[in-house]
Formats: sequence, structure tokens, C-alpha cells
Amino acid sequence: MSEKIQVSGGTALSEEDIRSGNIFVTEDSLDCAYAWDMGVAIKRYLAELKEGRIIATECRKCKRIMLPPRLFCELCFIPCNSWRYVKDTGTINTFSICHVHWDASRIKEGEDPHLPAVIEIDGASDGMGIMHILGEVEPEKIKIGMKVKAVWKPKAKRTGSITDIKYFKPL
Amino acid sequence: MSKRVAIVGIGCSGFRTTSTDLSYREMIFEAATKCYEDAGGIHPQSIDSFVASSEDFMEGISIADEYVPDQLGAVLKPVQSIAGDSLQGLASALMQIKTGQQSIVATSAFSKVSNLSHYEKVAAYATDPAYIRPLKEHPYFIAGLEMNRYLHESFSTREQCARVVMKNRYNALSNPRAVYGAKVTLEDVTCAEPVSEPLGQFDISGHLDGAIVILLASEEKALEMTANPVWIKGVGWATDTPNLDSRREGLGGALYAKLAADKAYEMANIKSPVNEIDFAEIDDTFSYKELQHLEALQMCGFGEAGKLLEMGCFEPGGDLPVNVSGGSLGAGYLHEANGLQKVMETALQLRGEAGKNQLAGVETGLAFAWRGIPTATGTAVVLSNRL
Repeated sequence: MSEKIQVSGGTALSEEDIRSGNIFVTEDSLDCAYAWDMGVAIKRYLAELKEGRIIATECRKCKRIMLPPRLFCELCFIPCNSWRYVKDTGTINTFSICHVHWDASRIKEGEDPHLPAVIEIDGASDGMGIMHILGEVEPEKIKIGMKVKAVWKPKAKRTGSITDIKYFKPL
Repeated sequence: MSKRVAIVGIGCSGFRTTSTDLSYREMIFEAATKCYEDAGGIHPQSIDSFVASSEDFMEGISIADEYVPDQLGAVLKPVQSIAGDSLQGLASALMQIKTGQQSIVATSAFSKVSNLSHYEKVAAYATDPAYIRPLKEHPYFIAGLEMNRYLHESFSTREQCARVVMKNRYNALSNPRAVYGAKVTLEDVTCAEPVSEPLGQFDISGHLDGAIVILLASEEKALEMTANPVWIKGVGWATDTPNLDSRREGLGGALYAKLAADKAYEMANIKSPVNEIDFAEIDDTFSYKELQHLEALQMCGFGEAGKLLEMGCFEPGGDLPVNVSGGSLGAGYLHEANGLQKVMETALQLRGEAGKNQLAGVETGLAFAWRGIPTATGTAVVLSNRL
């Protein structure tokens, strides 16, 4: 079947065709605003970040110390209300050197690439960590297993957000 | 395919106009915990599969279904998400058991509409971008058009619609899961601020936050798990064209409801719905919808619902109690979770657990949900406490 299909050639559309109105399109843009209730667990997590601390919860059954903290253990399916501070240091579980911005535009010549990473936090259970970004490091020197530490914003600039940690840098 | 399926667990949480203390995860965890305890204390590890219903725009997360597992105990389990009313989710869960693929399936839905600044925008984005949105109408204009045409065709009156509001909000006063309970007068409704005439402010159900989890099981498992299973006898669903201006019965009819019910009645072997259904929890998103849907669901003849309502037929003590729970007008509007709210209230009645609103001697109930404007999608479910 497929070999019978011939590419017809045709005339390609240009961006200019659309811009000039040669092609009919209908435009609209989405404008929705949300304010999500963070709930007990994440509210406390964010409040602690504002104080420069990372907090987790511990499941009394499986003993996992979980990040981000949660009010219930999704595996044991029981409530968790034991809060545990963990360290602001950890180990790079995985990372990537990202050459595009969030909107898919490429980083410009001379601009630093983004360095997203999953950091396994010291004091949390294996595989529990924080997805964040790396800084103060040459991209080519980053290695899986590298020890890193949080670099916090100055206290006055913290808002109760994961961006209260500016980035993690090699220890 | 002859496997019988029952509701074996029911849990809900929230049911408040705002729920700032809990995240949606925490709210659903509470509903799931209650549901699993209600089913005899089952651990979710023993549940085969999970179905959740959601609409991404309502939640502000694209692929919101990926956020389902944790709070249901569904991590690394079969999870399916239905972008539709939760009764469509329930139908999907039912099929998973009917086919023999699974034995125990949890189905869930929730509303966190209080986290959305302008629900109207989400409703407006549901209209066609080429030929409806450019008119820049508030989305409730569709309800105004429907109501006007329905009243015109059925000879039902604006006052009869107002009496739906009076009935349902009064019923809600004795339902602890209803937040819009009130004694409203005919004038309260008919003299309320107009929204899109003839639709006024009181004709529109108010928003609600809440989560519902319902557990289904095959006959064999159900009889092991609970002493009071509620059997799902029949289910049907249908969707009309999205074109608001060219539906076969126009905006005055609800053909989707008739077709959904036809299928559900056929499956439940119901020949005469009006004689075989004891009570109904049906969509009343807007006041006129209850009357329009009653007729489409063959609970009475076309144009009769308003008159029967005035005669008291649909009151808790009437021949066919309708929305004894308070419906969406009295309990609140849970968006995609509406359908499960109707099933929950129907099932509680059939178990004899409806508290002050309990009806005497009921055996078979009908739950029907509409997906709301601008849709023409409805799902009907027939439930019974008799095998």
C-alpha cells in the first residue's frame, strides 16, 4: 500500500502566508489563573524552605524518609505525620545539559546551558530527592554520583518556594 | 460477559465550597481511605485496577491523569484516566470487570474548582474557536438558549423550574454532604438577578470542592467483601454533535439522555422505567435540566415533568423521589465528579444509609449525569440492591 503513495509536491505554506491573511486561521489565547491549595505536607515543606531547611516525612511502616514530604505513604497507604529534617547536601542521581529554554528557543552563543539534575538528598531514603538545577560548575565536569550542596537565596529574598534554593553546587 | 458487578465501597471527602487546608492529593487520600475501609478494609495492593475521571483545564495541569496514582494507592498498577464525567469512568471500570480482565476496580473523581479563578473561562474554552468563541458570550448563554427553547416546546413554566430549585435546596438541608441547603421561595428564584434570560442566578448550581472514590467488584468478590452490595444493573452513555445550532432535537431536547437511558434500561432489563425505578438522582446543573432530563429519561411523558413536580410527585414522599440528596442545586456542582456524587447518593439510599433523607423500601434507583455546557453527553446507570 505505502509504495503506491506518491508525494504530491504541492506548495508549501510560509509563515508570511499566515501572517498576511492568505490563510484563514482563528486565533485565541488561553488565560486561566489557578491558585493551588498546597495542603498540609507541601505547605510545611515550602515554609521550611523559607527558613533554609529541607523537611521530609517518615512512614512509620516502611520507614522511608520521603521527599517531597507527604501526608500519606503511597505504598503502605497509611497517614504519615512524622516530620524529619534532612540535609541540604546530596548526590547527583542524574543530570542533563540542556541547550533549549522552556519555550523551546535555543540558548544563544555564549549563554550558559541549563543544568537540571535530580539530587538524592542526604538523610532521605534511597531514590528520594529533589529535582533542581546545578550551578557554579563547568557542564563538562558534572558527573553522576558527584556530591553537591544547596546554595540558598538570602533569607530576605526567600518566598517559600523551591527557588529559595538557587541551585546546587559541587561540594 | 454475564458477570455481575457491584459497588462494594464508597468514600467521599471535602464537600465544601473551599478546601484550602488540603491539597487535592490529601483530599482524595481521605476519600480513598474511607472507601477502602467501607469495603471491609481492603488494602489498595489488592485492588486490580484504577479509573479516574478528570478534565485538565479544570485542574490546570495537562495530563492531570498522571497525578492519579499516589493518593489512590495505585502506584505501579493499571491506571486509566477518562476525560469525561465520572459516570463514564464508572462505565469503564464496569467493563474491565465484565470482560473478566479485572475483579476489583476503584473509580474516582474530584473537584478543586475553588483553585480556579474563573471557571467561566474554562467553560468558554469548551466552545468552538471558529464560530462560537468570537461571539464573546458568557458560556451560560447556552443554558439560557436551552432553557428558553425547552420551556417553549414543553409548555413547562419558569415557575416550575423555580420549584426544582426550591425542592432540591430544601432536600439538601437534611443531607450532611450538601452545602447549598436552604428554604428558598418562588420569588427568591424568579426575582433573582438574571444571568442569561430566562436563566437566573438561583437556577444555577453552585461550585463545590470534593473527592469521591467508589470501589466495584465482580459478583464473586462482592459477596465476599460486603453484606450490602449495590448491583450495577445497566449503564449507557451517548454524545450528540457539538454543534449547538444543529442538534437533531435542537437545544430544547436532551436526546443524549434518552439514548443513554435506553441502553441502560435495556441492559438492566427494564421495560417500563416509570414503574420499575423507585427514585432517581439526576443532573440538575441548571433548574430546567431536571425537568428536561426527567422527560428524556422516560420518567414521564414530554412536557409532563413540570406539572408532576407541582403535584409533588418528585418530592421525597412522592411517587418518584428525584434528587432527594439535594442534587447539584442543593449539594453543589462537582464538575467531572458530579456523576459519582449521583451514584454515591443512589447507592447509599439502596443500602439504607441515607440518614435523614432515607427513602423507605427502595430497590432500584437511577443515576444520570450530564457533562455540562456546552456538551450534549450523558451517562445513565441503573443500580439495585437486588441481585
